[in-house]
Amino acid sequence: MPVTGSKYETVIGLEVHVELLTRSKIFCGCSTEFGAPPNANTCPICLGHPGTLPVLNKRAVEFAVKAAMALNCTIAEETQFARKNYFYPDLAKAYQISQSDRPIGENGWIDIEVNGQTKRIGIMRLHLEEDAGKLVHGEGGFHSLVDFNRAGTPLIEIVSEPDIRSPEEAEAYLKKLRAIMSYCEVSDVKMEQGSLRCDANISLRPVGETKLGTKTELKNMNSFANVRKALEYEQSRQAALLDKGEPIIQETRRWDEAAGKTIAMRSKEEAEDYRYFPDPDLVTIHIDKAWQDQIRQTIPELPDERKARYTSEYGLSEYDAEVITSSKKLADLFEDSLKYTSDAKAAANWIMGELLGYLNANQLEPDDIKISGKHLGEMIRLIDDGTISSKIAKQVFRDMMESGKDPDTIVKEKGLVQISDESAILEVVDKVIANNPQVVADYKGGKEKALGFLVGQVMKETKGKANPGIVNKLFKQRLNEE
Amino acid sequence: MNFFEWRLEDLHKELSERKLSVTELVKASLARIANTDEQIGAFLTLAEDEALKHAQTLDERLMNGGKRGLLFGLPIGLKDNIVTEGLLTTCASRMLENFVPVYDATVVQKLKQQDAVTIGKTNMDEFAMGSSSETSAFRPVRNPWNRDYVPGGSSGGSAASVAAGQVYFALGSDTGGSIRQPASYCGIVGLKPTYGLVSRHGLVAYASSFDQIGPLTKNVEDAAYVLQAIAGHDPMDSTSARIDIPDYSKALTGEVRGLKIGVPEQYMGEGVDSRVREKIQEALKVFEQLGAHVEEMSLAHTEYAVATYYLLSCSEASSNLARFDGVRYGVRADDADNLIDLYLESRSRGFGDEVKRRIMLGTYSLSSGYYDAYYAKAQKVRTLIRREFEEAFSRYDVLVTPTTPTPAFPIGSKINDPLTMYMNDICTIPANLAGIPAISVPCGLVDGLPVGLQIIGKAFDEMTVLRAAHAFEQNTDHHKLHPEL
Amino acid sequence: MSISIEEVEHVAQLARLKLSDEEKQMFAEQLSKILQYVNKLNELDTEGVEPMSRASHMENVLREDEVKPSLARELVMKNAPDEQDGFFRVPSVLD
Repeated sequence: MPVTGSKYETVIGLEVHVELLTRSKIFCGCSTEFGAPPNANTCPICLGHPGTLPVLNKRAVEFAVKAAMALNCTIAEETQFARKNYFYPDLAKAYQISQSDRPIGENGWIDIEVNGQTKRIGIMRLHLEEDAGKLVHGEGGFHSLVDFNRAGTPLIEIVSEPDIRSPEEAEAYLKKLRAIMSYCEVSDVKMEQGSLRCDANISLRPVGETKLGTKTELKNMNSFANVRKALEYEQSRQAALLDKGEPIIQETRRWDEAAGKTIAMRSKEEAEDYRYFPDPDLVTIHIDKAWQDQIRQTIPELPDERKARYTSEYGLSEYDAEVITSSKKLADLFEDSLKYTSDAKAAANWIMGELLGYLNANQLEPDDIKISGKHLGEMIRLIDDGTISSKIAKQVFRDMMESGKDPDTIVKEKGLVQISDESAILEVVDKVIANNPQVVADYKGGKEKALGFLVGQVMKETKGKANPGIVNKLFKQRLNEE
Repeated sequence: MNFFEWRLEDLHKELSERKLSVTELVKASLARIANTDEQIGAFLTLAEDEALKHAQTLDERLMNGGKRGLLFGLPIGLKDNIVTEGLLTTCASRMLENFVPVYDATVVQKLKQQDAVTIGKTNMDEFAMGSSSETSAFRPVRNPWNRDYVPGGSSGGSAASVAAGQVYFALGSDTGGSIRQPASYCGIVGLKPTYGLVSRHGLVAYASSFDQIGPLTKNVEDAAYVLQAIAGHDPMDSTSARIDIPDYSKALTGEVRGLKIGVPEQYMGEGVDSRVREKIQEALKVFEQLGAHVEEMSLAHTEYAVATYYLLSCSEASSNLARFDGVRYGVRADDADNLIDLYLESRSRGFGDEVKRRIMLGTYSLSSGYYDAYYAKAQKVRTLIRREFEEAFSRYDVLVTPTTPTPAFPIGSKINDPLTMYMNDICTIPANLAGIPAISVPCGLVDGLPVGLQIIGKAFDEMTVLRAAHAFEQNTDHHKLHPEL
Repeated sequence: MSISIEEVEHVAQLARLKLSDEEKQMFAEQLSKILQYVNKLNELDTEGVEPMSRASHMENVLREDEVKPSLARELVMKNAPDEQDGFFRVPSVLD
């Protein structure tokens, strides 16, 4: 889709790195746990000591194959590793073990949803490789400090075809990719912790042109919103240059979040030449039919399938189903709640309304949710059986989100049980009638609205716990008697 | 004492009968080194205190009648590219002149399990790149037979120390002949096992698809025992073979009747010193007298081996040696105030000429635009060479050749002419390309310098290689000769 | 086949080697000679021949996903030329 009102078509390709959730690193037994003290999770192998050799983690291969299958890739029957040679302080061996020829997966695709339209984005390749360490910049700017804890964490690199036509599509693609990885449980896909990272290639060309324009590569976008913003910025920057007849320089540009723009990184003195060659320390890996079948069986129902089921089985709207299935956590929560209530629409409404509202207001991610599906289901049941009012339910829900307690406990602890005992309510009703003679007179004089005020007074007196149906009924009885 | 005069069985008998202690053996080794190594330069680092302490532990076990390993009490040398926990491992390079490894190579663990005592680390060509041990950043090694001559390389220190009777045996590594060629030049036995038989974990890589660790010993019997100790699958090395290890001592039968020996004509032609050729022919007569069938044959691709080897080994080396960047270990240029200078200065100061030359050649052949013409082409030729050997071994049990075209050459005579130096490895390189086992055994002297006979076998058939080598050795006296020091 | 000084410089840059002018000259000559020699491989027809990139016949060598103890941190830093607070220290990577 061309930029609105523009004479250019935007062409975007994304390279996404996803850290795999193995317990140990890809080529050694060090833990992959996040947050250890610097260099605590290292050994001679991931530090690249002389004489050490890599031995491949089986689960890393299985996770990569699983991810590739979930992205509809063709799986390589025979795959191999290659060395990508370059010098950088966070790269212990001065080569990264990666894949060049015969990657694990090729020619896949995923469907994305933009403006109510479904679009298919091609996946060129998915390969397995090791992560590098991390650099911290020392005080005064004279030094950089290297931590190799992350070095050797298994990564998959997923390269899309240049099928993406707008920043919105890029964001939708990333969200779908994240959802699929999360459903497959191969990664915790946390962009802020770096377990999902994204680089983008973007170029513009006149509408109708089939040849690709000169692209720039964008780096350092650490959230989905930033990916979209950086692409939007770059799209207008390139359009402005083209309008002026100036050339686009092929370069790498860094997204500067504070400045809200992309900045050219110092161009390297010469083009990188990674000198890929097959790693002689590792052997060929055959992923035969039997192994593939075994892995395929571990793939759960994926977002698109769930979405279809939610609309057909539970009657959810396309939009609600899309939002809920965009996160495995939300979708699981939704389904779990249905073991405790049959009101799927109510469950969906609570998730779409209160839950997402709470997350937005507090800048939280679905993964931070403390509430379980069981709690949500039970809460809906408490509303249905009249134990709490929907109004009180909002209070209970908020409490559940904050404390993670179950609704029964919250209702009991806070005394939130709805008062449905007519004699107890009648006492309050009589008190309100006695205290508000004018309003009562207004009502009797035909002002229907006055009843609302009186009911409100009862709710206030009972801290919202009185069953509003009963309160209404009793007022009408009392006031019509007289 | 000179270890050359002892057999393993006799030493162990003396130890059992308490006529000798391990401490005495270790002290004898240290004394021999003290007396001779100034001339030879075989050792870079001695582990005197550790060795004596280890000897004491073993002597206590001897007294208690505890279990004794296959190589009990033997003082040994380890090539300085085999990492030893807590013991300086330099690869004879300035780059690692201060490097103390934090783990033991698998072979070192295995030798410890068999109760061998490490005396020290032997000198070599820097990062195993060389055929003369002259590229050592510290000092050249001299041939014990004639100190003006090279001992061969790159395992020159290991070969010279065994030939000089300083240690009972030594380990070396062989990438293109680096065990066999110095063994040949020093008049001892050197065995390069099949690729994958001995773990490479803890061997500082030169060329990963070629490197193999193997024994340098004074006779074939010892080679069999050492191989027994170090062979076997290692989960730390993905290229380590999962095969059952035979009892190599069962190869020492002296029996070669009916053995089919092929003699590739390309290894006996032009470029081979005629006196060396004569020694090989005499050796072949010995085999015939013992009832073996000797037949001349052809390995047509031999002439491409050196070119193939240098392209591939240097390509791998350029990547393997990239990790020496001054960040985590090794020398660092203190005066570098930016990252690029840190790399450039540290690496330029840390590496010697031959290492730089090979890194340059390897980087070039892998670089964009040249990969297909050089690296990929060489990989295909390697396939052809391997196939040719496989075909040959469908007809022959072993192939017999000279180990080197000439005996040892004078120090300094080839060091400025890399290509001539590389051509010296013509006879040994093909076995590394094919990944198959080969041994060098002494077969006589030319001008007072030893000549080696190479016996090449099929993959994982060390039994036949050892059997042929042992039969030859037991029917000749060449192995009994040793240099006067 | 001859290799120019510029090519020597380019390769040296890729390999992070700093060469003096004499070294550049020497390597240009020696590498040219070596490349001339290795060009003899072109005499061989290798059409359809599989490249041999590994010497091992092993396949699917894999380890289970099990965590093993890491190295003690003092050993991690044992050979470090420069360190700070448990990190390896290098000149700043930022320009």
